[in-house]
Formats: sequence, structure tokens, C-alpha cells
Amino acid sequence: MSTFIYIVTYLAIVVFVAAVLRRIIHYLKNPIHVRWELYPVPHEGKKASYGGSYLEDSGWWEQERKTSLVGTLKAMIPEMLFLKAVWENNRPLWVVTFPFHFGLYITVGFIGLLGLTAIIQLSGIDVAGSHRLKPVVALISFLGPLGFILTIMGAIGLLYKRLTDPGLRNYANFEHYFNLCLFITTMGVAVLTWLFVDPTFNLARQFLVNLISLKMTAIGSFLFQLQVLLAMFTIAYIPLTHMSHFFMKWFLYHDIRWGDEPNINTPETDKKIGIVLNYPVTWSASHISGHGKETWAEVATFNPAAESEKGKE
Amino acid sequence: MKKNKMLKITDVSKDSEKLTSVSIDDLMSIPADLDDIDWAELPEETREKYICILDDVNILPIPKPLTTKDEEELVNKFIEGMRKLFTKENNWTFLTMLETTMEHCAKCNTCSDSCHLFEASGENEMYRPNYRTEVFRRIYKKYVQKEPLARWRSGDIDLNWQTVARLGEMAYRCNICRRCAQTCPIGADNALVAREIRKIFSQEMGITTPELHDKGSMMQLKTGSSTQMNKIVVKDNVEFIDEDFSEETGYEFETPWDVEGADILLIHNAGEIMAWPENIAAFSMIFQAAGISWTLSSELAAYDSINYGVFYDDVQFARTAILQAQAAKNLGVKKIVLGECGHAHKALTVIADRVLPEPLKVPRESCFPILRDIVMSGKIKFDPERNNFPVTLHDPCNITRLMGIIKPQRDIVHKLCPQFREMHPHGPYNYCCGGGSGYAIMSRNNIPEWRFKIAGRKKLEQVLNAFSDCRGPDTKKYVCAPCSNCKGQLRDIFDRYNLLEAEQLTYGGIVELIVNAMVDVNPGYIKWEEY
Repeated sequence: MSTFIYIVTYLAIVVFVAAVLRRIIHYLKNPIHVRWELYPVPHEGKKASYGGSYLEDSGWWEQERKTSLVGTLKAMIPEMLFLKAVWENNRPLWVVTFPFHFGLYITVGFIGLLGLTAIIQLSGIDVAGSHRLKPVVALISFLGPLGFILTIMGAIGLLYKRLTDPGLRNYANFEHYFNLCLFITTMGVAVLTWLFVDPTFNLARQFLVNLISLKMTAIGSFLFQLQVLLAMFTIAYIPLTHMSHFFMKWFLYHDIRWGDEPNINTPETDKKIGIVLNYPVTWSASHISGHGKETWAEVATFNPAAESEKGKE
Repeated sequence: MKKNKMLKITDVSKDSEKLTSVSIDDLMSIPADLDDIDWAELPEETREKYICILDDVNILPIPKPLTTKDEEELVNKFIEGMRKLFTKENNWTFLTMLETTMEHCAKCNTCSDSCHLFEASGENEMYRPNYRTEVFRRIYKKYVQKEPLARWRSGDIDLNWQTVARLGEMAYRCNICRRCAQTCPIGADNALVAREIRKIFSQEMGITTPELHDKGSMMQLKTGSSTQMNKIVVKDNVEFIDEDFSEETGYEFETPWDVEGADILLIHNAGEIMAWPENIAAFSMIFQAAGISWTLSSELAAYDSINYGVFYDDVQFARTAILQAQAAKNLGVKKIVLGECGHAHKALTVIADRVLPEPLKVPRESCFPILRDIVMSGKIKFDPERNNFPVTLHDPCNITRLMGIIKPQRDIVHKLCPQFREMHPHGPYNYCCGGGSGYAIMSRNNIPEWRFKIAGRKKLEQVLNAFSDCRGPDTKKYVCAPCSNCKGQLRDIFDRYNLLEAEQLTYGGIVELIVNAMVDVNPGYIKWEEY
């Protein structure tokens, strides 16, 4: 059984990485798209405070283009950490979705710290017995249960909202309920494991040590094994669903919503436009097809109205 | 109180006469005594020829299927178009945005409250920004992507001719103002989905609204303008405007045409020439007074900045943008400046930025920065007292939320209008006028009723609230709406509710305010007369 748990864990990590990469590669392989930005765009610096852009300046293309990293971070950090858009536009939902997401962030931080101490342990230091690492161990012991409990509270709240708000219920499907139940179960088992099996997370750390050092040493507790299985299923499952928004949001914001890069002195963009203008067009409507024009360049430079006028002459 | 008329997603496929209806009692209340009446019945001819099974309005004329074969053909053509929509070759323009919206929406409905149509309709479910998207998404997942377990994972949908027809019509129950997209925590874009559905109908099925296509983009490609003015007529009309307004204002000016090597090619929305000649004249007077080197072009499509393709068809969009850029190249101007037309701003400045090939790249900019620079430069003498009446500023979505041009127009009204006041919210968070995405030019059947009762209701509320300290017929008020489309919508809604008489409320562009304050011009350029 223990070997099986280790194999599942390795497989889950592989599926997670592969699914994330697949989505990102698919996105990046798409052709250039037209600009479709939405203001405020935070990298516009001072102008961003009122939603302004470089297009407010006459002769903007002659000016040096400046973008503000600070502005971007000022918008990104509250959005990522605190779900600012939901806070501003859907406060009743924020009350439940914030603890859910923040609980997950804390859990990720907990796993990261646990992994760090596992690496330290691999270097020969007894983490649990080390006086200097006591604060880190204490922090891990605090973050773990906090993350689990916040996620459970948020997921129960979201489930309640999905079931009781007619507007949300109308758009919910089996997957929504399954996902929330999965989080509640996984985190619930994590809480039970913490309470009854591994209150110091030493077992969890040892599991990570074994995992990193490729030693499939037996794990005694059934509850712990169940926790690992559920957690691994969740990790592998997330990027296969709409929850992949946790990393794809980067592209939706930076490439689309804030993608205001003008096509000035950008030969790379011109090259990409050259490629898409040579794509074949197969739309069937009469104003597009039937004129012997095959590519976007040919179709877009053809004037069917003028041609029909010529025909009358 | 929320009256949410609940509709299930699957209701869209029902074999019923009508999916939903918004009654007068459902409508959002606003601070005015509006004499709204029940929907006028659609004309018999419309009901006989076209599918009218969504609500009380018909905007997209989808021919009624007469046989089972017709019904199947409607479905098959739609699904074929949907497949093409998800290919990079046919939809490189918007595929990325569309795919990410299909894949990552959490269905949290955060977008709902941002939609003026949803609010104005009394939160009718059909107007929830995610309703049409969810129908579209389920079809995509089940029939195009063929996702395993799609029914369980994404929800079920029955794809029949009623679903297709209602989805097409629902694509025309959205102003594509993208306020919903602005509030999405993830970055999904439900407004885009409305536009993409319109594209399937236009680009694959050949079904569009006559105002946008036959009388719009095709007319522009044929004669040069959707107004049907060819280059001789447009030059005659502008010459007449020059003479007429020179006489009226006491300021002699002449609009230049086809000046090779001019600094600026100004492209107006040609609708201004017909409906608001004072806007055309004002631009000419300001540019002449400021000593600007500029010209209009009489080349095909280059004297009309409209590009209705933005609303429904990528091919028509590209054709028009290319003609306009080519005209600028032919004249050898340094830049194109767009007049007061919101969608034309976004079309040529932003969207065309990754459509125009390298040889056609001409700098393109909004008129507002240069107007601001002129007003602030001291080249023209102004008397702001001439504008001493309450003024508020409407922000056209395409110029503000979609381009981030917020401050130049405010600098102007702050300098020239002593009683300027903002609407709330404003700038990038503004509300659409209700005419956005083509409706302002539609007067078929009972479409105007829809524009007044639902689409324009939130803007009307904003306007009235902006003048809450001076309501009634005793104070003249001015809504500065620097966009032809928005002006058309405001004109019609003010007229419908008799607001000139009841509120002394008029509307116009920003150049009219500038000229109204010019010392060298006879006073009274802005008039409170019949719209």
C-alpha cells in the first residue's frame, strides 16, 4: 500500500505539471490576437489612478513608452492575495470565497515550508529537535491547520451559496459541487490527520523526505495515507478544470486585459501579423466566400460592394 | 426589490412562443415620471418572415424555417460556424480571448450587477451577462469540443433551431460595453461572446441586421459612407456647412479636402454631416483658428470613420480599416485623427493596430488630446461665461473603458464650463448610453422602445441624477456626449421622454462647447431647440 501511495504521489505531480504546461503551451501557441484591453491598465503609472492611458497624449507614438512595474504590482498583489475584484464587485461572495482561496494559499505556503524543512532534514539536521528551527516548526504547525480550516469554511460557504442562491444555482453543474465536496473532504481528512495522527507534521515531513530521496519507506497510518491520496488527486485534478484559472489568470490579465502594447517599432509583431494575414479563410457568407479570395490578406483587401457595382456598369 | 425572472439555461431550447418578457412593472425605477407603455406588438410581416421567439423585440432578422429541413439547416450552419470560430485560421483575431472565456469562467456571476441591461430589466435572467455565454459554452463543450462527460462537467443543452435562433437574438441584447468584463475577477469576457455569436451569424450564415451590414458596412464599401453620400455629395454638403456656419457665427472658415502632405487627416463620422453639422463646423473652426495643418479625404470610406464591423464581423472590420489607412498613406499625412465617434476610435486606433500590415501603418490618435492642447495653448480666446450652464460629460465606452482616454476631455470642460459636474460612476467605470454596438442607428419595429425602456435606462438615470440640483424646465442643461452613436441614443431617448420641454435638456459634442466659448464667434452656438 505504501509503495502505491508513493507512486500515486509521483504520478499526481507529473499530471499536475503536464496539465499546467499543456494549458500554457496551448495558450502561447495561439496566433497573435487583436488588442482588446480594458482600462484601468495598472502599468500606465500615474494615469492608471483614473483609468488613463498613453493614448491621452497627442503624438503618443513619438514618446518613449514607460510602463510601471510598481503600478502593476499594486494591482496584482491585492488581486492575487485578497481577491480585490470580488471584494469590490461581489461582497457577499467574497465573504466565502476569500477564506477558501486564502486557506489554499496558506496550505500551499505550509507545504512549501514543510518541503523546505524536509530538504534541511535530508542534509542531516534533525528539524524536530533543532532549537534554531523551532520558530519554523511552530509556524508550520500553525499554518497547516489554519489553511485546512479556512479552506473548509470557505468551501462550505461556497457550497451553501451555490445551493441557496438561485442565480448561482442556475449556473452550477455537477463539477462545481464535486469540486467543493472534494476540497471539503480533502481538507477535512487533513484536519483529522493533524488532530489524531500527526499533530507536529513530523510524519508529513518524513513522507516528503522519503519522496525527495526516492525511498518508498512504509507509512503506518491509514488516515495519513488517505490524506495523501486525496491531496494528490486534488493536485492532479485542479489544472484539468476551470480552476486552472489560478495560473491562467496571469495571461488573461497581462496579455489580454492589460495588453496595450502598441505596434510601434515592433518588427516581431509585424512578422506575426504577416503570418496571420496569410491564414486561409473559409467563412461561408456571400460577402466573404465565392470571390476566389482565399487568405485574410486577399479577403480583407477585396471590396465586394465595389465589385458588384462594377458588374452593373 | 429584485424581481429576478428566473430562467433555466435549458429553457432556451423550449418549443415555446416566447422565452421571456420584461413588463413595465419589472423595469428599474428612475427619478422621473416616465410614461412607459407596454411593448408594441411586432408587425405581422416581421412575425411572418422572421423568428421572434425570444422576447417582445426582434433585432436580428433570422428567416423563419418553413420545413424540418430548414430547421436542421439552421442548426447545422450554426454549428459549422461555431467550429470555424474555434479555429486559428478563421478566428485568429479573437480566438485566445474566446477560448479563455470558455475555459476559465467560474460562473460566480460577479459580472451581473455591473450590467445596465440586467439592472434596468429588473434583473431578468436573460439579461444576466453569463446567460447567453452559458448557453454558448454548453453548446461548445458538447458539440464542438466534444468534452468527455460534457453533460456532467459543463451542463447539458439541447441544440435545436430554437436554441440557435434565441442565441442569435440574445447576441443583440448586449451593448458590448464590456463593463461585465471589467468586473470579472478572472478576466473572462461575456460581452465578447455576444460579439462572437454575431460573427457566426454574419460570417457563416449571412444573417445580420440590415442597419449594420447592408445599409452599414456594405454601403460604406460601396459608396464610401453608410450615409450613402458619395464623395461629390459629401464635399457639397460640407461646403454648404462651411457657408452656413460662417454666416451664422461670423467666423469665416473653409474645410480643406484632400490636401497632400497635411499633418492631420481628420476622419469624421459622416453621420455628423447629416445629423449634427454643427459638430463638423466646430472642428473646422477650431482647427483653422489654431492654425493646424489638416485635411479631410474624399477617398472611399475615408470621409466616414464608422467601422460597423467592430460590432459584428471581423472581415468587414478589416476591409474598412484598410481603406481608411490606405487613404492616409495616399495623402501622405503624418497622422490620422478620429473625430467624435467612439467605436471609430477603438476600431482604427486599437483593434486595427494588429490588423494593418506594416506598409499601412499610419499613426492614429483621438481628437481629444489635440483639442485639449489647443484649448490649453492660448491660441484661441475663450469666454467660459458663455458656457455658464450645467454641463455633464458622458463617457463613450469605446473611448474610456476600452482606450483609457479620460482626462483630455475633462481638462477641456473644466476650463470652459463653470458648472461642470460628473456623472457617477464615470471615466472607465461609466455606463453605456444604451445605443452601443449599433442600436443607436436602429429604428425598425419596436427596437427604439427597447433602447428607451431597457438599454438606455441606466444612462438616463445617471443624466438626471447629475442634474439633481437643477431639475425642471427653468434651467438649461447640456449633456456633452462626444460620440455620434451616443448622441443618437441620447437624442432619441430625450425626445421620447420629452426632456427638452420638461428639463430644458439638450446634448451635443465637446467641440460645440469649445466653439460656444470662442470669443471670435457670435454667442449662442449651442441652441436648446428641437432635437
